[in-house]
Parts: sequence; C-alpha cells; structure tokens
Amino acid sequence: MTSVVGDGSLIDVERLTVTYTTFRGKVKAITSLSLSIPKGRIIAIVGESGCGKSTLGLSLIRLLPRSATVEGKIFYSGRNVLEMKEEEFASIRGTGISMIFQEPMSSLDPVYTVGRQLMEAIDVREGRKDPAARNRGPFRRVRTERIGTAARMFGAYSFRRPAVFDQEIVDALARVQISDPERVVDKYPHELSGGMAQRVMIAQALLERPSILVADEPTSALDVTSQAQVLSLMRELKAELGSSIVFITHDLAVAAQVADEVVVMYAGEIVEHAETNELFERPLHPYTEGLLNSFPRYYRDEAKVQEAIKGDVPNLLNPPIGCRFAPRCKYSMPVCAVRAPTLTELGPSHRVACFLRSE
Amino acid sequence: MGETLVDRVRLASRNEELRVTLRIMRSNPMTVFGLIISAGFIFASLVIGLSANRVLPYNPYALTPSLLHPPTFAHPLGTDDLGRDVLSRVLAAAPVDAFVAFSVVALAVALGMFTGVVAGFAGGYVEEVIMRVTDIFLAFPGLVLALAISAALGPGVIHSVYALAPVWWPTYTRLARGETLSLKSQQFIEAARAVGQKNRYILVKHVIPNILPTLLVYATIDLGNVIIVFSVLSFVGLGAQPPTPEWGLMVVQGEQYLNSAWWIPLAPAVAILIVAIGFSLLGDGIRDALDPRIRGTFG
Repeated sequence: MTSVVGDGSLIDVERLTVTYTTFRGKVKAITSLSLSIPKGRIIAIVGESGCGKSTLGLSLIRLLPRSATVEGKIFYSGRNVLEMKEEEFASIRGTGISMIFQEPMSSLDPVYTVGRQLMEAIDVREGRKDPAARNRGPFRRVRTERIGTAARMFGAYSFRRPAVFDQEIVDALARVQISDPERVVDKYPHELSGGMAQRVMIAQALLERPSILVADEPTSALDVTSQAQVLSLMRELKAELGSSIVFITHDLAVAAQVADEVVVMYAGEIVEHAETNELFERPLHPYTEGLLNSFPRYYRDEAKVQEAIKGDVPNLLNPPIGCRFAPRCKYSMPVCAVRAPTLTELGPSHRVACFLRSE
Repeated sequence: MGETLVDRVRLASRNEELRVTLRIMRSNPMTVFGLIISAGFIFASLVIGLSANRVLPYNPYALTPSLLHPPTFAHPLGTDDLGRDVLSRVLAAAPVDAFVAFSVVALAVALGMFTGVVAGFAGGYVEEVIMRVTDIFLAFPGLVLALAISAALGPGVIHSVYALAPVWWPTYTRLARGETLSLKSQQFIEAARAVGQKNRYILVKHVIPNILPTLLVYATIDLGNVIIVFSVLSFVGLGAQPPTPEWGLMVVQGEQYLNSAWWIPLAPAVAILIVAIGFSLLGDGIRDALDPRIRGTFG
C-alpha cells in the first residue's frame, strides 16, 4: 500500500472508511480503502451492486447522506478534503471535482432549458476566476463586472450573459456530438432522450473543466449505441482537458472499453487493482476471475462455460471475519476464514488482496 | 450585438411553450369558461377602480326616491331599499373584493413559500420551529381566527386583509415544505451541488421555480375562497362597512327583503358564486396545462 503524495496523483485516498448508521446497526460500506488517482487517467471502479463503489464516488465529492460517517483522509492537491468546511469545499466542486450521475433524465432541472443549465456551469467557472485572469485570454472582451448579490439571486446574471458564452455552449453541445445544437439549447429536459441528456451532462462537465470527474454509472441507463458514444466521449474528454476520470460501473465490458486502470471492489474493499490489459489477461483474485467467467460471451467456448459466482454479497452489517470473499470462493483455504488478506503489490501495476498469491 | 441565430431560435421556442400552454387550456371548455370569468373580473375591477366608478351606469352611493324597484330596463337588477342601483353597486364591489383577494393570497403565498421552502430545505430545528408555529395557526378554525383578529382591529377593508392573511399562510407553508422535501431527494438538486452551486443558489434557482406552479394553482383556486370568507366577515359586520359596496355586506343588508325584493340579496350572492367558480375552474385548467405529462401527450 503506497500512500505517498506523488507528483502524478490528483487525489489520494488513505484508509477511507464510510459507515452508515441504520436502525439495524452500523453498516461499513467502505472499509479502510486506499487508492491514488493519477493525473490524466481513467480509473474504472468495478463491482457488484452494494460493494461500495457509489459510496466511494460520493465521498470523493462529499455528497454522502447525513447518516454516513467518514473516517480516513482524502487528499486533493495536498489538502485533506474531509477536514474542509462545507462552504470551502463547495468552491472545489464543479471546477475541481465534478460528478455525473446514473440517471441523466433526473439530473437535469425540468424547469430550465439545456442552455440555461449549461450557463450555470459557466457561471460557476467564471465566478471563480480571479479578477486579474478574467480579462485575459479568449474572453478578453467579455463584460464580467460583478453584479450585486440581490440582483444575482433574482436571476439578473443570466440576462447579461454575453454572446460569447452562447457560442461556447453551442460548441460544447456540438462537441458531445449533439446534432443541431442551436435547437437543443432551447429544449427542456423532457424533450431529450436519455442519451442526449447524458451528453448534455457531459457537456456541462466539459464547460467546467474539472480536474477530476466522477462518473457514476453514466452508461447504465442508456442503450448500446448511446453507450458507445458516451464512452468515446469520455476518452476524448480525458485527452482534451487532461482530466482524470473515476468511472464507476458494474459492467466489465464498459470498463475494458474506457479505462486505463481497473479497480475491483468487493464488500467495501479493493480486492484487485491493475492496468486494464493486465487485469483482463491475468486476473489474480478469484473474485475477478469469477466476474470474468460470469460475463456473457458472443463466442461460446465449450471449455469455458459462462458461470455465475455462487452465493451472495455478504451482509455488511456483520461481515465475515477473514477474507470477505471466502464463503463464495472456489479456492478457499483454512487461513481465509481466520485472517483478512491485505492488498499487496505483485507487479509494477498490479495489486491484489488474496492469500493464494501472497506466498 | 445583433440578433444571432441562437436568439431567434430561443424566441421561437419560448413562443412554442406558450402556445402549448394555451392549446391545452383551450382544449377544455371549463377552463375557457373560468378564464373568461377571471379575466373579466380582473379587467372590470381595474377599469372600475381606476375610473373611480365613473364607468358605472349610476352612482353606487347616490340615493334616489325609487325604492325597492324591481328589475327594469333602466335598472337591470332593480334598486335597493335606499333607491341605489343594484347593478352599479354589484359592479362597484368588484375592485374591493379583488383588492382583498389578491392582497391576502399574495401575502400568504409570499410568507408561506418562504417559510415552507426554508423549513423543507434546512430541516432539523429550523423546520421544527416553523412547522410548530404553523400548527399553532392551524389549530384555530380559520374563520374563528379571522373573526377574532378583525374584531380586535376593528372593521374595515384593510383590516380584513390583516385578518385573513394569517389564516391563509400556514397552508402554503405546508404545501411548500412538502414539495421541497420531495424535490430535495431529486437528483438534479444533487447534480447542481456537484456542479458547485451553493445552497442559497440551489434554493432560489432550483427549488422555488419547481414548486411555483403548484403554489400558483393553489393560489388561483384560493382567490375565490378568500372572496367567500371576506364576504362572511362583511356578513357578520366585521369586514367592509356601509355604505361601501361589498358583496357580503350587500347580501346581509338585503337579507330582510328576500321575500319582497329578492334581487337585492340575490345579485351579489350570484356574483360571489360566479367569481369563486371562475377562479376554481381556472386553477384546475392551469394545473392541467402545467402538468408535464399532459404537455407530453397533447403538446
């Protein structure tokens, strides 16, 4: 477990534990998770439902529900995000860390047109520039004088939107491959299809230029063709802005398509973390192997029949003492029921938590 | 900056939204009926109020020797016990009732929306305090509370507004709070937060615009209700005072002539009925027109 704040990493998560307090007791959704997210990479977080992958995403952007208690540290540009005041962190959201949610249709406010919602992102971005920087660059001629708080609260801000930004919004929509962006700017969310709405959300992220984007199952609600478009957009976004993307998905095929690294989570812990090719060619953890085997294939290979992992995800109210995967594991050994394996580095870019590999 | 393509498209689509709204409202004859009554009432109130009764056929305060005259062409609704033209008095009452109805509803919506949204969004102790205060107001029967306040303040039109507003706002608080709570769990609120918006901005820009249609529908229906309750206040002598023309007051003054000169109490009573029904139908129509599901099917 390396937890050195390197030059290349944007976010360092150290021993993060998230506990939900419920009436049945405390549920540890994430147990002592450490992960560093390097600059300009796409990291896929893969796992079954309830393994804590969405909780991880929400804790990165600090939008966990109030019933959650968070321990550990999350460093963003050298500062512990979890110790910041809410107001302070709110000014990192969006331009620093942004998030795209699973259901694109409900992520857009139904009373505003697409253009107005995208303008919001620009408002946030422009509002955070320091005054000196605002008058330089391509936006030199844009009037950016401050408007009084009262005027802004009643919406005066949007009346003064400069035409340059209109053009920027249209460009952003065109860049996410929305045809006829001039029309879509004035559409309301209910007039969009799911794929279009998700691309609007991506356009929003594009406009804010976050250094890290958390995408929580952005393709799960989409059909296959829009899925492919969204995935290629993600890669373009990374290439264009140099942002890192944390891509949360339950779909291994999607992860293989889009990610540079894959993190496999099980019951609130990382069980395996490797480069994408490495992971798919040489899965070391029995759970990863099981996931790959339960994957539906186009070519039916008689020797390798699709098989599901037996059993269910353990109840996190009362997790197994040893390895959490042991009750479902084909290769389970006596030691697995007693001690929990630690995440150990096996190769230059391959970490795994399993006793099978640590002798 | 001239008119760009974007501007033109924006204008076109805004007109389109309005057209869809009107088309839905037009498709229901009851809504059209309500709209005509409400618009007529508001228009008549404005004209009569601004012209200081000069547009009426007779002076509503002028006494004449022709007492208790039944309806004729000269006096379409007859004259009352003091020889005043009933039609002129019914019409002259419109601005008074409109003023009371709109003031009370505006005050109630403003106060109710503010407290309700804050309660729903903040939660915790703030919510407890606000909701318990509304409970105190709701614990009194509305009419009794209004009667008590206007009795304490003394009769008068403006005092009736002060008496009715405290009765009306708690309903809006509850409505706004409920709507806010259900909005709070919506993903676009969380998405706005993920974009980096502060709470205050989310409240003003996302919560209030989303609950406004519900409140407006409710307010439209309430306009008629306020007129009815205001008439009750006048009826028991705590609202408008004679000789002010006011529907409730005219009903009580004409009550004794119900057998001999039925037109005196009946005309203002029918006026109350028509206006109350008009606003109620309009409210229903607006609710349908703003319902996104209906917009989808017909629009």
